[in-house]
Amino acid sequence: MEIERRYELLINGKECKVESSWLGESLMYVLRERLGLWGTKNACEQGECGSCSVLIDGMLACSCLELAATAVGVDITTVEGLGAPDNMTDIQQSFIDEGAVQCGFCTPGLVVAVHDLLLSNPAPSGQEIKEALAGNLCRCTGYGRIEAAVVKVVQQRHE
Amino acid sequence: MPIRMKVFLPTSLEDALGILRASPGAHVLAGGTDFMVEMNYGHRRPERILSLRFVDELRAWSREGATLVLGAGVRFADILSSEIATLSPALAQAARTVGSPQIRNTGTIGGNIATASPAGDTLPVLWALEAMVNIRSEKGERRIAIRDLVTGVKRNELAKDELITSISIPVADGPQEFLKVGRRNAMVIAAASLAFACNRSERRIACALGAVGPTIIRCTDAERFVGERVDWERLMVPSERDRVKFGELCSEATLAVDDHRSTARYRRHAISVMAYRAVARMS
Amino acid sequence: MSKWFSKGTNNVMPNANESISGIATSLQRPDAAEKVCGTFEYSSDLVANNMLWGGTLRSPHPSARIVEINVENARGIQGVATALTANDLPGKPNYGLLMSDQPVLADEFVRFEGEPVALVAAADPEICRRALAAIEISYELLEPLTDPERAEDSPAVFPGGNVIRRVPIERGDPEASGDVVVEGVYEVGMQDQAFLGPESGVAVPNEDGSIDLYVATQGLHQDHAQLAPCLGLPGEKVRIHLAGVGGAFGGREDFSVHAHACFLALNTRRPVKMSYLRDESFRGHLHRHPARMWYRHHARKSGKLVKVEARILLDGGAYASSSSAVAGNAARFACGPYRVPNVSVEAICVRTNNHPCGAMRGFGAVQACYGHESQMDKLAKKLGMDPLEIRFINALQTGDRLPTGQKVHVPAPVRECLEAAAAVPLPGESSDNVDGYGLPGGAGRTADRSRIRRGVGFAVGYKNLAYSEGYDDNARVRCCLKDGKLTITSAAAEIGQGFVTVARQIAHEVLGVEDIALHPANTSDIGSAGSSAASRQTYMSGKAIELACRQIAQRVCEACGENWKVNAKQLSLANGRVRSEDGRFDVKLAEACGDPIETEVFHSHRQTFGMDKATGQGDTDASWIFGAQRAVVDVDLDLGLIRVVQITTGQDVGRAINPLSVIGQIEGGISQGLGLAVMEEVLSQDGVVQNGSFTDYLVPTFADMPPVEVTLIEKPEDGAPFGAKGVGETPSLSSTPAIAAAIRAATGLELPRVPIRPEQIALA
Ligand SMILES: Cc1cc2nc3c(=O)[nH]c(=O)nc-3n(C[C@H](O)[C@H](O)[C@H](O)COP(=O)(O)OP(=O)(O)OC[C@H]3O[C@@H](n4cnc5c(N)ncnc54)[C@H](O)[C@@H]3O)c2cc1C
Ligand code: FES
Ligand code: FES
Repeated sequence: MEIERRYELLINGKECKVESSWLGESLMYVLRERLGLWGTKNACEQGECGSCSVLIDGMLACSCLELAATAVGVDITTVEGLGAPDNMTDIQQSFIDEGAVQCGFCTPGLVVAVHDLLLSNPAPSGQEIKEALAGNLCRCTGYGRIEAAVVKVVQQRHE
Repeated sequence: MPIRMKVFLPTSLEDALGILRASPGAHVLAGGTDFMVEMNYGHRRPERILSLRFVDELRAWSREGATLVLGAGVRFADILSSEIATLSPALAQAARTVGSPQIRNTGTIGGNIATASPAGDTLPVLWALEAMVNIRSEKGERRIAIRDLVTGVKRNELAKDELITSISIPVADGPQEFLKVGRRNAMVIAAASLAFACNRSERRIACALGAVGPTIIRCTDAERFVGERVDWERLMVPSERDRVKFGELCSEATLAVDDHRSTARYRRHAISVMAYRAVARMS
Repeated sequence: MSKWFSKGTNNVMPNANESISGIATSLQRPDAAEKVCGTFEYSSDLVANNMLWGGTLRSPHPSARIVEINVENARGIQGVATALTANDLPGKPNYGLLMSDQPVLADEFVRFEGEPVALVAAADPEICRRALAAIEISYELLEPLTDPERAEDSPAVFPGGNVIRRVPIERGDPEASGDVVVEGVYEVGMQDQAFLGPESGVAVPNEDGSIDLYVATQGLHQDHAQLAPCLGLPGEKVRIHLAGVGGAFGGREDFSVHAHACFLALNTRRPVKMSYLRDESFRGHLHRHPARMWYRHHARKSGKLVKVEARILLDGGAYASSSSAVAGNAARFACGPYRVPNVSVEAICVRTNNHPCGAMRGFGAVQACYGHESQMDKLAKKLGMDPLEIRFINALQTGDRLPTGQKVHVPAPVRECLEAAAAVPLPGESSDNVDGYGLPGGAGRTADRSRIRRGVGFAVGYKNLAYSEGYDDNARVRCCLKDGKLTITSAAAEIGQGFVTVARQIAHEVLGVEDIALHPANTSDIGSAGSSAASRQTYMSGKAIELACRQIAQRVCEACGENWKVNAKQLSLANGRVRSEDGRFDVKLAEACGDPIETEVFHSHRQTFGMDKATGQGDTDASWIFGAQRAVVDVDLDLGLIRVVQITTGQDVGRAINPLSVIGQIEGGISQGLGLAVMEEVLSQDGVVQNGSFTDYLVPTFADMPPVEVTLIEKPEDGAPFGAKGVGETPSLSSTPAIAAAIRAATGLELPRVPIRPEQIALA
């Protein structure tokens, strides 16, 4: 396959047409600026902060490190694909309940990362939570309430 | 007013090589964890990109007797979640220290090799294991030792139309270690790293150092020294003095420099400590 | 005193039901649902029709004369709308928080690496980047002044000399001396706020020549006061609107994209969006001042302090920003929260060609706290005393006099904070350490258990609440009650700290209304709230809301009294109803009074005064906040790697209006203090930053943060809103010295500089 201008991405189960003026755009940029999916955040564009985390064929990845035009034919899930304000996931609700949100810039990426963690490891230990979320920087919370939010989801799911 | 650019997404190795021949300027993109940072920051502006995303052949790995063949597209997470982790423990430990889950899910071993950073975490392991790199172009196939492929800081001797297809390493035959120091407890580029591998059948120890020179450094003097002092039955180096000496010899092999991540002195020191600890962990 | 432990979830039960509750409950953030779903709109998420992207060209040199700039090549690129330089500026060329010295675009000289030189607006960011690269500039390189110690004797970086401010404090007997004397020289590296949301915003020009700027900022009105003159527009033609803020920590006190985006928008007559990449962020905002500090403490054998001498040198970098206030703080808080009868302190902030420094959480007190706490430990060691004991002996109390001569008139629970931090049992070895990941070195798995030593350290700090030194500090709020619904209009910036929650809680506490809306913050609908800085917004705007709501409550009661012929004095508001004491009168608030009731409050805190120029004496501060921490740290003695195992803290909060938010502030502040202790530093070489990226400027990850045990010390302050002091800054004061003390305890080393590098330990 060759792409010169237009391509389609499969995002949250929907085909989205993209027309970029430059094919060098990252998936993060295309999600945000071309498709209006602003929930994927742009904090560093160097893979270091995780605020742009999405699932690509079910794998947690930084969308800033994906060349959008090469993400054709894969299944992309963004935070918008997980839950909405009127239909939140237990993870999202737990972030709210436990005070894990301050400025919130890290939050959508963390929600995606926690979603991914609990799919592969439904009962993570404290150390496993830390290792799994080490790629998601948060500058406001010091992580304590985020960990509490994860622990609470785990508890609830095992009740 | 679009900026001219073209992206190729071949689905087979053959197609990929064909594209590289036809447009040798095309830039190869694997996981993108090195390349995309440079794109995002305007340090690279290729007009053609060849993505390996759908070249499944590169994702495969196999065991052929005592040899492990890893496709260039094998990701760090694949190493951790498969049998590779037990067949090559040092490689798995190195893979575990790479970046974050996001990076490990995306970054490939082929990309780590081609980037050729002295701080690339799998490289000391591949050096210690004397990995052979399998390379192909439309013209044919060649095999080259990893130490010959990497020619300097972020430099390799791949031709424009060549791809790394796989890496061959021996299945572990004895204890292995990978240690890495950085200033953070996770997600950090190595200030110094060390791979250590025992080969029980050959009664040999191999040790290679990362981030303390322009490329990875093999510690041949130290290896020879310690190899002669291993008690192969108990699989240990019984003498404390020998273990310390091993650390010192490794440290002497470094070509460390000062930079914003660390100092040459600390790097040399850290190598001696890690080498000592690696050998102490044997038993 | 009440306790809230952040670990035991049972002690902090967030309010599960949706309805608003008053103070001392952990009401959920009103913006939280949008934030967890990704629908909350941040400044980088904005778009406008027909929008262009703006970009900044910055100087690669720390000191140079601009010989020539040629933007023609850039203008010629397809898709480029304009390229501008200082020659095109429409108004006042300079801006600055306390002194207008920073050029919007460098004209003749560039004074730091990263100084903006030219601007481009183009159809998209990539074209913009290419156009910026096409601008040709020739520089005549000048020798940069990068050593702050040499600043006073070097040629002026900026007209007026290199001393931005010198702040002496002299009190008591200069000849006094004690039985023991300890001396030390300490250094604090340059820290970055490293908020996650990039500096960004959109400027939208209007037909009538006015302009609207939507931007992430801490202080809308202080931006406005600086911006309008730079644009050459009268104030009423410039409106600034708060866009979603992704963290700030002081780093959004100064302009980022403000003037540039507006300038491009006015020039092109099209909306312009700007958003920095992380490398530009490190050059586009100001950092925390690096400091070099000399200290000499004199004490009696009993441990009582006799005299403190200190000289604190702060590197302000190329431009002044808030440096003079930072220097004031460094001087005033140099001695720490202790009774010190004799004081001789001087803080100096100088100009250099390094990156400019300004506000960051803790503002001058952070640097000083590292200095005085290091000294207190040294003193304890010399006297053979327990580090806690020496702090107890000297702990400041209400009624004591500070080095400025000011009397402490508010609760000063220094001892209580320390006791609370000390009261929590010490942690055992983490059970999660199965494979060594939880030990120093973490993922690198370098640890050898036999070479790990544990250390414990204490530190306590304090700082001023709100603005000081006679600075006009006030906040304006308008509240309107209509049909039982309350609308609060305030220009206070929500930057993540939770003002939007606290504002509602205070209003609910007074009026008992459920339906409370916060009008979007901007400069056109209300006067200034002051900046969301100096831990002041709850204290100032929160108080203004309380006062406004009390006025409204009174007017509601009066109206009911008149309408229903009941005794207004017997009426009270609760749960959306107005009731009389005897319960005979009981109507819905929405029905109680027909007309909307609106009131505007302008609240100032108690008057403060400047410092005497020679002696530093004066009633400079409105109030203070105190906090103590204990750090438990594991150190790999051979590799110098560190794992902070636990932090416990006692925190003076006055009153916790929202305990869960308070804990969030404390944990977040501690993580930044941890960063400064062991990993965070902007490194420059000859004025050029070496690590302006998240790859090499390391902030703590999940794997670096220990559990935090919080004890809130609740001693309400008279006159503060429900007794609440601020809480934003104190947590970041004492974590750095507490961690440093713990590392010293583990290693026996002096470690006079933070962030502590592994080589300082391993090669000692
Ligand atoms: C946040 C972050 C953290 C990181 N942390 C670490 C770390 O801790 N340790 C570490 O070692 N690395 C780290 N890296 C770097 C990076 O992840 C690795 O080097 C990774 O192995 C690169 O692989 P990739 O597939 O993503 O390469 P890409 O970015 O796709 O490619 C890198 C280079 O290799 C070339 N290339 C790739 N595959 C082939 C092939 N088959 N044949 C020929 N050329 C090829 C490309 O042309 C390109 O020039 C980090 C990166 C990021 C963004
Ligand atoms: S924006 Fe992608 S990791 Fe930071
Ligand atoms: S809440 Fe602000 S970065 Fe995490």
